[in-house]
Amino acid sequence: MPGRPVLPWWVFVLLASFSVEAEAAKVSDISPASIGEQAVRFFSMQDTSLRYALLGSILLGITCGVLGSFLVVRRLALVGDALSHAVLPGVTLGFLWNMTKDPAAIFIGAVISGLLGTFLVGCITRTTKIKEDAALGIVLASFFAVGLCLMSLIQHLPTGNKSGIEKFLFGQAAAISADDLRFMAIVTVITLGLVAALYKELLTSSFDPGFAASLGLPTKLLHHVLMFLLSAAVVVALQAVGVVLVSAMLITPAAAAFLLTDRMHRMVLLAAVFGLSAGVMGAFFSFLGNNLVTGPLMVLGASTVFAGAYFFGPRHGVIARWWRQYSRAARIQRENTLKAIYHVLERGEFTEEGVGVQSLAEHRRETLPEVEQQVRTLLHHDLATLNVLGDTVYLTPLGWQRASEIVRNHRLWELYLTNAAEIAPDHVHEDAEKIEHVLGEDVVRELERRLNHATLDPHGRNIPAIRDVHTRGRTAPRTVPSGYGGRT
Amino acid sequence: VKELVPPFDFQAVVVETWTENGASYGWIALMAFLVAAACGLVGNFLVLRRMSLVGDAISHSVLPGLAGAFLLTQNRGSFPMFLGALAAGVVTTVLIAAIHRRTRVKEDAAIGIVFTTLFAIGVLMIAIFADRVDLDADCVLYGELSFVGLEPQVRVGGWTLGPEPVVRMGAVLALTVVLLMAFYKELLVSSFDGGLAKSLGIRVNGIHYGLMALLSAIVVSAFESVGAILVIAMLILPAATARLLADRLPVMLALTIVVDHCSCSCFGIGRAASRRVAGLLDRGCDGCEWSRVIYARVDIQPDSGPVEICDPAPAFLDWG
Repeated sequence: MPGRPVLPWWVFVLLASFSVEAEAAKVSDISPASIGEQAVRFFSMQDTSLRYALLGSILLGITCGVLGSFLVVRRLALVGDALSHAVLPGVTLGFLWNMTKDPAAIFIGAVISGLLGTFLVGCITRTTKIKEDAALGIVLASFFAVGLCLMSLIQHLPTGNKSGIEKFLFGQAAAISADDLRFMAIVTVITLGLVAALYKELLTSSFDPGFAASLGLPTKLLHHVLMFLLSAAVVVALQAVGVVLVSAMLITPAAAAFLLTDRMHRMVLLAAVFGLSAGVMGAFFSFLGNNLVTGPLMVLGASTVFAGAYFFGPRHGVIARWWRQYSRAARIQRENTLKAIYHVLERGEFTEEGVGVQSLAEHRRETLPEVEQQVRTLLHHDLATLNVLGDTVYLTPLGWQRASEIVRNHRLWELYLTNAAEIAPDHVHEDAEKIEHVLGEDVVRELERRLNHATLDPHGRNIPAIRDVHTRGRTAPRTVPSGYGGRT
Repeated sequence: VKELVPPFDFQAVVVETWTENGASYGWIALMAFLVAAACGLVGNFLVLRRMSLVGDAISHSVLPGLAGAFLLTQNRGSFPMFLGALAAGVVTTVLIAAIHRRTRVKEDAAIGIVFTTLFAIGVLMIAIFADRVDLDADCVLYGELSFVGLEPQVRVGGWTLGPEPVVRMGAVLALTVVLLMAFYKELLVSSFDGGLAKSLGIRVNGIHYGLMALLSAIVVSAFESVGAILVIAMLILPAATARLLADRLPVMLALTIVVDHCSCSCFGIGRAASRRVAGLLDRGCDGCEWSRVIYARVDIQPDSGPVEICDPAPAFLDWG
């Protein structure tokens, strides 16, 4: 896909999502300070903690977006979900290590338990008949349960600084400290650096593991590296989004990007941008609502972006797809009307200039109003004209061209099926009815060549030749009746 | 860390659990069993259909349905909440289908997107309306079996059946069993061979959505005991364990019940331990995997917040 159409689209999507979110926030007006004041405070960036929260959200959005892209194209979205739950015991053990929120200890714990979780999933699926989905569920639930038990153990501690541990579940961007931020930045840089360094390898093994293996790439190792990076990303996101909803930050921005582009590097960039904007939105509205839980807000930001891509994506969006289907159906309808006009003219051996609407209706076995409606769409597309009385249709040059093309496609295909595929002549019509609308010009050339430029279809009717099709002007087929001359 | 885990005391952990306050404990254990059995039976079909994580998704996404029903009706009646959760469950399945059938996003990503979004909405609703909603987030998310109230007792024609939540869960289990038996053949065929099921004239889509609706119903009834996040353990662990032990579906279903029973017994150990040490580490490993850990979710002090969603609410039975 060319770069040009992408840019305005996602800019539009972002703007739309911002406005939607803003209205939602007004409804949930619960803060004692007015929304306006809070917004001003947010944009002036006076508070240190706010700046930390914002920077943290940006970092997590980028990390999750980039790694999530690989998850989505590898169909590992639910592995991301399981992994994000599975880091919880590691996080709490890291906390228990020296009873503070030491980012390094938490990181090490999370990575170990995350890798252990994915390793167990692999073990269960390899050694038993349990399928991957159930294995993921088992690991997810078991690890998370252990993590919860450990967490409540910490909460029941008689002493110690246990503040902040419960924020790991749903996230609180405002709780990010300078130390956390420094650590998040380091992890982000390492993650992005590794992804950049291994980009080609990750790309190949994501789209064609067999090919990657035949190139000698260590696909298993790459998988584990990706899992390692994921655990790291989960740790980065922990403070702001929380364990439960990290998977959304991994999956949703990447899936939105997946709907908007076909190139991996563009998808990674878009996903990073989406993740970033979702993170900023979450931080913003969390601040607006007086430190509302940040995680769900970020997730909703990402979901809004996804909804935008789902509906308004230029190629894979639902509306674009619906429009394509609708216009294709309308074109087929028009072409069928043209074909009917051609048939009626052919029956009169092209002696008439126009076709009566009444005889057209009889030919199509439809009611007069229906046919009049179809003729009107032809007029609208400059394919035909009506006489003053409104009872006779005349094809325009363009209309002639399209009508002859369709009839030619139909009859060529019938002939081809009869000759090459040896299908009985009375069985080829249905298939040709469908294929006539989608045959391209080059395929038609090829068909004509293979059929030795035959002039008669299996039912003995003439196949309009190339020169008829491209002859401009209504008079041409009348003076040189289609298919009769030239090719004998 | 060491002072957190006191030495193992057999008397207090194993014996006193059953002797001290035995009546109420018996009801709670029964409740645990009913929840586990209903979840486990449906879970078998989820595992067979490779839809385990759809179970996870639905258990998360019933949350906005619950909160929404509560906000609309302003009471904790079971029936509106039940309807809300059911609607949310069906919406989840429909949305997942809408995303992965209409776009090129694959089903796994679609599941991930839908349930996180709905769950986020639910958490946010509870957070925003915390002052107006007597929903305890902890209870909703993780459940607390000990909060299952023993009052009021349900009486039918002079007979005292038992505490209302237990009776309600029993009714749900009975409904599950009846439905599974009535549609056993259809479920069996469509789980193993969708194509064959279609050619036999079984409405595969109908079965799918029916199963999802039943799943939502069970999940919401199990809510007060296990919460939103860990229901998946109840759904999948017993079924997966049974799958390892048996090849035939009826045997699997029976084994599921046995596994559930084992894990409920373990609940006793966990509960006693948690009462004493306020924290539970895995002890006494056995074949029931980790389900006991879920049952042994440690008490959050009941006075720490409103726990009304866990309180006994008007029974479904009152409706019938």
